[in-house]
Amino acid sequence: MSENSEDNNAYWDANVRLIKISLIVWAIVSFGFGIIFRPLLAGIPVGGTDLGFWFAQQGSIIVFLILIFFYAWRMNNLDQEHGVDEE
Amino acid sequence: MDQFTLNLLFVGASFALYIGIAVWARAGSTSEFYAAGRGVHPVTNGMATAADWMSAASFISMAGLIAFTGYDNSSFLMGWTGGYVLLALLLAPYLRKFGKFTVSEFIGDRFYSPTARLVAVICLLTASITYVIGQMQGVGIAFGRFLEIDTTWGLLIGSCVVFAYAVFGGMKGVTYTQVAQYCVLITAYTIPAVFISLQLTGNPIPALGLFGEHTASGEPLLAKLDQIVRDLGFAEYTAAHGSTINMVLFTLSLMIGTAGLPHVIMRFFTVPKVSDARWSAGWTLVFIALLYLTAPAVGAMARLNISELMWPNGTDGAAVSVEQIDNDPEYAWMATWQKTGLLGWEDKNGDGKIQYYNDANAELQDRAAANGWEGNELTNFNRDILVLANPEIASLPGWVIGLVAAGGLAAALSTAAGLLLAISSAVSHDLLKGQLTPNMSEKSELMAARISMAAAIVVAVLLGLNPPGFAAQTVALAFGLAAASIFPALMMGIFSTRINNTGAVAGMLSGLVVTLLYIFLHKGWFFIPDTNMFTDADPLLGPIKSTSFGAIGAAVNFAVAYFVSGMTKEAPQEIKDLVQSVRIPRGAGTAVEGH
Repeated sequence: MSENSEDNNAYWDANVRLIKISLIVWAIVSFGFGIIFRPLLAGIPVGGTDLGFWFAQQGSIIVFLILIFFYAWRMNNLDQEHGVDEE
Repeated sequence: MDQFTLNLLFVGASFALYIGIAVWARAGSTSEFYAAGRGVHPVTNGMATAADWMSAASFISMAGLIAFTGYDNSSFLMGWTGGYVLLALLLAPYLRKFGKFTVSEFIGDRFYSPTARLVAVICLLTASITYVIGQMQGVGIAFGRFLEIDTTWGLLIGSCVVFAYAVFGGMKGVTYTQVAQYCVLITAYTIPAVFISLQLTGNPIPALGLFGEHTASGEPLLAKLDQIVRDLGFAEYTAAHGSTINMVLFTLSLMIGTAGLPHVIMRFFTVPKVSDARWSAGWTLVFIALLYLTAPAVGAMARLNISELMWPNGTDGAAVSVEQIDNDPEYAWMATWQKTGLLGWEDKNGDGKIQYYNDANAELQDRAAANGWEGNELTNFNRDILVLANPEIASLPGWVIGLVAAGGLAAALSTAAGLLLAISSAVSHDLLKGQLTPNMSEKSELMAARISMAAAIVVAVLLGLNPPGFAAQTVALAFGLAAASIFPALMMGIFSTRINNTGAVAGMLSGLVVTLLYIFLHKGWFFIPDTNMFTDADPLLGPIKSTSFGAIGAAVNFAVAYFVSGMTKEAPQEIKDLVQSVRIPRGAGTAVEGH
C-alpha cells in the first residue's frame, strides 16, 4: 500500500471534500430551512402552511435520501478512479 | 366475526410467519448468530435494518407525539432520518472495511486498549437498555390493546413473547424475519393512512394529502386544523412554540444517536462489500422514509378526526354527549381503549356532554365560565395510543384494525429482538469472551448470550412499568446516550489519527457521564419516579431539555478526547496504518471473529 500512498491521500482528500459538501446540504435543509430560517421562508405558502414546515416534515427526508445515493454513486466511482475499489 | 377474533387472526397469522422463518433459518454457529453469514443483499439488508430500526417509537408513538404538538415535534422526523446521512458518510463503509462483528471490537482495536473496549461495552449497554425500556412500553400498549387488558399485563405477556422470539435465532433468523416484519408493518401503517387521506382530502397519498385540501370545508387541511385547535384553546398546529435552540439540539441528538446505535451499526458489518455498505444505508432510508413521510399526515389527520368527533356539531356547537359515546358505534373505540387505562373521560359538570378543550387557556376559561364547563372532560389521552386507535377513530373496516395491531407488534418485536441481540453480543462476545474468559467455548458463549438477553428483559420490564416518558421520548433518551458516547469515538477513530487510547476513553466516559447525569437530574435517578431535581418544563440549563442533551454530551466527548490526546503519548505507527487501511475499500475481506 505504501507505494501508492500519495494516490491514497488524494483519494481520501476527495472523499473528505465530498463529505463536507454533503453535510453542508444536510444541515441547510434540516437545521436551516426546517428550523432556524423557517421565519424567512414564511412568505412561501405550501398547502395551508409555509415552506419551512414542508421542509421540516417532508423535504429534508427527501433530500437526505438523494444525498446518500449521490454519495454512494460518487464514491464508488472515486474508488475506481483511484484504483482502490474492491476487486 | 367480532373485532377481537379478527385481531387475534391477524396477529396470530403474522406470528406464525415470523416463527416459521426463524425456525427455518436457525443460527448454528456463533458467526451465524451475530452476523448472518455474508450473503445478505443490500436491498434485503436495507429492509431488515429498516424493520430493526423502526420500532414501537416510530410506529406506535411518533405520530401521536406529532399530532398533539404539531410542528415542534418535527425533530423526530428529521432526527431519525438525518442520522442515516451521518451513518452512510461517516461510519458504515469504514466499519465494514474493518471487518469485525461488533462496535466495541472496533473501538478496542483502534484505540489499542482493552479498557476502551470495556468502556464502549458499558456505553452500548447503557444506551441499549434505555432503548429496550421504550420498546417494552410499546409492547405493553400493543398487547394491552390487542388482548383488551391493562397495559401492565400487556407488558408482562409481551416480554415473554419477545424473549422466546429473540432466543430462537441469531442475526440470520432475525434478518429474514425482519424482512417479513417490515412488509407487515409498512402495510399496516400505510393502508389506514391512505384510507383516511382519501376520506379527508380525496388524495390517496397521505404525504400529499397533508398539504392538500380538506374536502368537507374546502380549505387547506392544515389551515382547517390550525383553526380547530385554536378554537379549542390549543397551540396552533403548524406554528413554532418551543425554543429554537432546544429544537436544533434535540434534532441533532437524534441524528447523532442514530449513527451511534449498536444494533443499527451492526447491520453494516453483514453486507458483502464496502460499496454495498454505502448502498445499504441508502436502501435502509428508502424503506424508513416510506413510513416517515406518512407519519406527519397520520398525526395531523388523526388530530383533526379526534377534534371533530369530540365536537360533532362544530367547535361552536354542542360537544359530544355521553350517551352517544356509549351507544354510537363510531365511538366504540373509546370504550375499548378505556380498558387499557390509557384513555379516559369524565362528565365533570354533569351536563351529559364531554367537552374537550384546553382548560389552561384564558380565552377558553371565559367560554367555559359562560357555559358552565368545569374543566377539560377528555381527561386522559395517552399519545402512544393514537396510531393503534387511528383506524377505529376513522371508522375503517375491521380487517384494517387487525392489520394495524399486527403491524404495531411487528415493529416493537423486531426492534426489541435486534436490541437484545446487541446486548447479548456485547456481554458474551465483548465482555466475557473478549475480556474475562477468553477460552470460552462456542457453546457456553451462546449460553451466556441467552442468559444476558433474559437479564436485559427483566431490567427493561421493571423500568418499563414506570417509564420516564411516552415511548418515543424514552427512546429519545437512549439516542442521547448513544450520541454522547459511541458516535464521537467511532468518528474520531476513522477521521483522526491523533486520538489515542487515553483520549478516547476519557472522551467516551465524560460524554456518557454528563449526559446520564443530566438525564437522571430531570427524569429521576435510574428513572425511579420522584427522584428528579429538575423537570423538562423548567430544565437546569436554559431551554435545553434532557432529551436534547445528547448533542452537548457529544461535543464534550469530542473536546475532551482532543484535549487529552494532545497531552498524552501519540498513537503508535501500526494504529496509524490501521486507520489508513480502514479508509481504503481495497482489500476488504469478510468479517472475521476477533480475539
